[in-house]
Amino acid sequence: MSMSNPGIPSSTEITEISFENVKKKQRVKSFTKGMLFLLPSIVLFGAFLFYPLFKTMYLSFFLTNARGETTVFVGLQNYIEMFTSPIFHQSMKSTFLFVLYTVPTTIIIALLLAVLANEKLKGIGFFRTIFSSTMGISVAAASVFWLYMFHPSIGFLNQILSLFGVESIGWLTDPKWALIAVAVTTIWMNLGFTFLVLLGGLQSIDSYLYESADIDGAGYFHKLRRITIPMLSPTLFFVITVTIINAFQTFGQIDILTQGGPQNSTNLIVYSIYREAFTNYQFGTASAQAIVLFIIILIMTIIQFKLGERKVHYQ
Amino acid sequence: MGYIELMDISKSYNKQRNVLNGIDLQIEKGEFFVLVGPSGSGKSTLLRMIAGLEEISGGTLKISEKIVNHLPPKDRNLSMVFQNYALYPHLTVEQNILFGLNAQKVDREIQQKRLEETAQMMGLNELLKRKPRELSGGQRQRVALARAVVSEAPLCLMDEPLSNLDAKLRANMRIEIRRLQKRLGLTMVYVTHDQVEAMTMGDRIMVLNDGIIQQVGEPIDLYNKPSNLFVATFIGSPKMNLGKAILEDSNLIIENVLTIPFEHLEMPKNLKSRNLVIGIRAEHMPYGDENQQVQNVEIVNVEHLGNETLISFEVGTELWTAKWLGQWLIQVGDKVPVHISVENMCFFDEDTGNLIQEATFTHKQEVVRR
Amino acid sequence: MTMPLSKKIVFYSLLIISALAVFAPALMAFVMSFMDNKDIMTGSLPKSLSFDNYLKAFEQFPLLKYLFNSLIVSVVITIGQLILSSLAAYAFVFLEFKGRDILFFLFIATMMVPFEASIIPNFHIIRDLNWIDQYPGLTVPFFATAFGTFLLRQNFKQIPKELREASQIVGMGDFKFYLKVVLPVAKTSLVTLGAYGFLTSWNMYLWPLLSTTNDTVRTVQIGLKQLQTQEQLNDWGVIMSGAIIVIIPTLILLFLGQKQLQKGLTEGAIK
Repeated sequence: MSMSNPGIPSSTEITEISFENVKKKQRVKSFTKGMLFLLPSIVLFGAFLFYPLFKTMYLSFFLTNARGETTVFVGLQNYIEMFTSPIFHQSMKSTFLFVLYTVPTTIIIALLLAVLANEKLKGIGFFRTIFSSTMGISVAAASVFWLYMFHPSIGFLNQILSLFGVESIGWLTDPKWALIAVAVTTIWMNLGFTFLVLLGGLQSIDSYLYESADIDGAGYFHKLRRITIPMLSPTLFFVITVTIINAFQTFGQIDILTQGGPQNSTNLIVYSIYREAFTNYQFGTASAQAIVLFIIILIMTIIQFKLGERKVHYQ
Repeated sequence: MGYIELMDISKSYNKQRNVLNGIDLQIEKGEFFVLVGPSGSGKSTLLRMIAGLEEISGGTLKISEKIVNHLPPKDRNLSMVFQNYALYPHLTVEQNILFGLNAQKVDREIQQKRLEETAQMMGLNELLKRKPRELSGGQRQRVALARAVVSEAPLCLMDEPLSNLDAKLRANMRIEIRRLQKRLGLTMVYVTHDQVEAMTMGDRIMVLNDGIIQQVGEPIDLYNKPSNLFVATFIGSPKMNLGKAILEDSNLIIENVLTIPFEHLEMPKNLKSRNLVIGIRAEHMPYGDENQQVQNVEIVNVEHLGNETLISFEVGTELWTAKWLGQWLIQVGDKVPVHISVENMCFFDEDTGNLIQEATFTHKQEVVRR
Repeated sequence: MTMPLSKKIVFYSLLIISALAVFAPALMAFVMSFMDNKDIMTGSLPKSLSFDNYLKAFEQFPLLKYLFNSLIVSVVITIGQLILSSLAAYAFVFLEFKGRDILFFLFIATMMVPFEASIIPNFHIIRDLNWIDQYPGLTVPFFATAFGTFLLRQNFKQIPKELREASQIVGMGDFKFYLKVVLPVAKTSLVTLGAYGFLTSWNMYLWPLLSTTNDTVRTVQIGLKQLQTQEQLNDWGVIMSGAIIVIIPTLILLFLGQKQLQKGLTEGAIK
């Protein structure tokens, strides 16, 4: 407070006012800067995600021509038809059955593999690579591999069966088996990714937990149940939701293996949307189905965020 | 008029309680100024406001007579050294040192010249091609300093630059930074939570607590005349011994246990009939000999430091420490005579915590001025 | 800690059995790709191994063209994703501005919209832009990714704020700091995201199926489907050789970057 000069206060007042302006300018500048960094992503999300989503909702209330232009507003008619259509019922039933077949099996097998591959043994890196390899195999290639495996006469599976004198199975042509065959292919394909994430989760568990358990003289399975599984729960949870979401989005394996058949038994929701839209050109009803898919995935994601949050804090 | 002037500076986040309040301060050109305080006192925030990294909520900041409140850091002509050194991990020592000059598009030749000078001065010649992760803590610290030096900015801000070093290295770097600052004539604003650093390095010190200035002054003044109880306990090690006291007749009664007569001293009027806290430094309680007024106390702890001995004893609920020169072979439980004299005491108001009267004795003996 | 031998044997046999089981379909395909069609049809063990199937696959199908297309598409998507998500992640970590939290929520929201649910209008958009059978149609819709942004954001957050502040003191702007400091420092996570992006774009199926009608930009995945459906004689050797060619690039990538990918996936997943 060295300044007792009466001339000073007025000048500080003036500067204070201009500070406000400067601050405002800076705020505008930092906002513009932030937007510039985010703009490319926002524009593309807008153009290829949010706009199409709303367009899908819009389309679901209309009939369209083959070019996808709306012709007649039908209100909820598309939805009503969809929910009363036995084909859609079949599709939903198959989809949920498919999720039921694939998700638990994928996770259990991947978890077993991850626990095995988490042992510190010589050459374990090789096994880890093998177990994760299916992540690098595309849907198309994997489906072709399994197309052979399921081949009615020369396929590996039926050859094994015939060794035991069991009659061969029409894996892809028998409505009883087709969904299972597609599920097996999917489980195999997802194994690599799931394994890799679970292995990462296992490796992030602090080794002192195991060391103190060793000092207490805990056995292998005791440690597995009391330390590994609980500590792994956040990863496990993540893997479960991702696998479920993936299962709902299944398309490629069906397109190559069964084309939705036999008798629509493998006509899962995405394939159903695809067929309705791009072979039947029924964009309105296809959009209604797409909205159903969206809502299912939305619920799954919200569950993941809500529950996952708590689990993450727990880490 | 100072080189840096802070006028009624305050800081608040989201219009909530102020982190800093009414800071008025002047820092002179070429001064080594230390901001010291416990963590959360707002000292780093203040430094970052001077740097321009933190918005100033209220008040005016001037650097070399220009108002700079609104200026970005680069227009304030200063350099800064961070606690974690902020070295770019992907760049070599040389590139790190030249980072700022490059950003300011300084001419190549000048860059090289300044680099050579700085590297020479900081003893970094051998390390120029290394990456930060290949350096020891002390070497990293040196690179961080070199970055400040090479900028040739007249003002240097340091935010706890030594707290990541071990004790021995820290003592060396204290001297080195201090010499560097004098040699280059830098104005230095140095933030630390370590009062030893503050005492040993600063031309002047500002003690900050809870966003409020406690005291500004030269190190020795802070030590001898702490303006309140906070400064009294914060500055100096071991910390100043405190005890509640009242005056009765011509005696001072401390913690209801010690009775110390005023003897021949005149009792100051302003001490009468109020609740006091007295403070006395450890080195002002020597072993009492026969012709002195002594208190017999029971030793509860002895620390041998080699050249001196710290003895602790209880005074009411307080644990006091005395520092005696030399080596004293005393056991815990021994009763020893201690000379405790009123003339070595600082008197504080118990309610406000403010200093009423400083120790009278120190004037006579301790400070040697040339 | 060393394991007793008996336990080791148990583990190794379990590992070997499961490795064989997991790898069997790919292994069989690999062997078949070198086998004579007669041997395959009769289910006998291979009498001779040759590259004939591969030669046939390349002769009868524009496989090289497909591979080239896939390479272009994957590289472009990968680069686009790296640029867009690193820019966005930078804004979320280093910039402070009004509306940032709302925009962050918007990015989270994108994870709730499956691409399949918006595929119909997307197809119409691409068609109206005349991007059918064009590289942009195959790549541009995939540049923006929330997963990539979150993964990089997680990584950028570990860069000390003081690095930015030190650069502010010497007057370096945000974009320059992003280019000169953030990108080089976060190199490994960029590589991870790049590998992941390449892997997923190489393996894309539904979208290339829709947005390509001829061989000009058709990717190798769709090429493989063509190979499989058009191979009249059901020549499994040729089909398998095509499939093997398709998976080789991604398998190599996976083998090289398995550790990195694993770390990146865990980080991106569990923030």
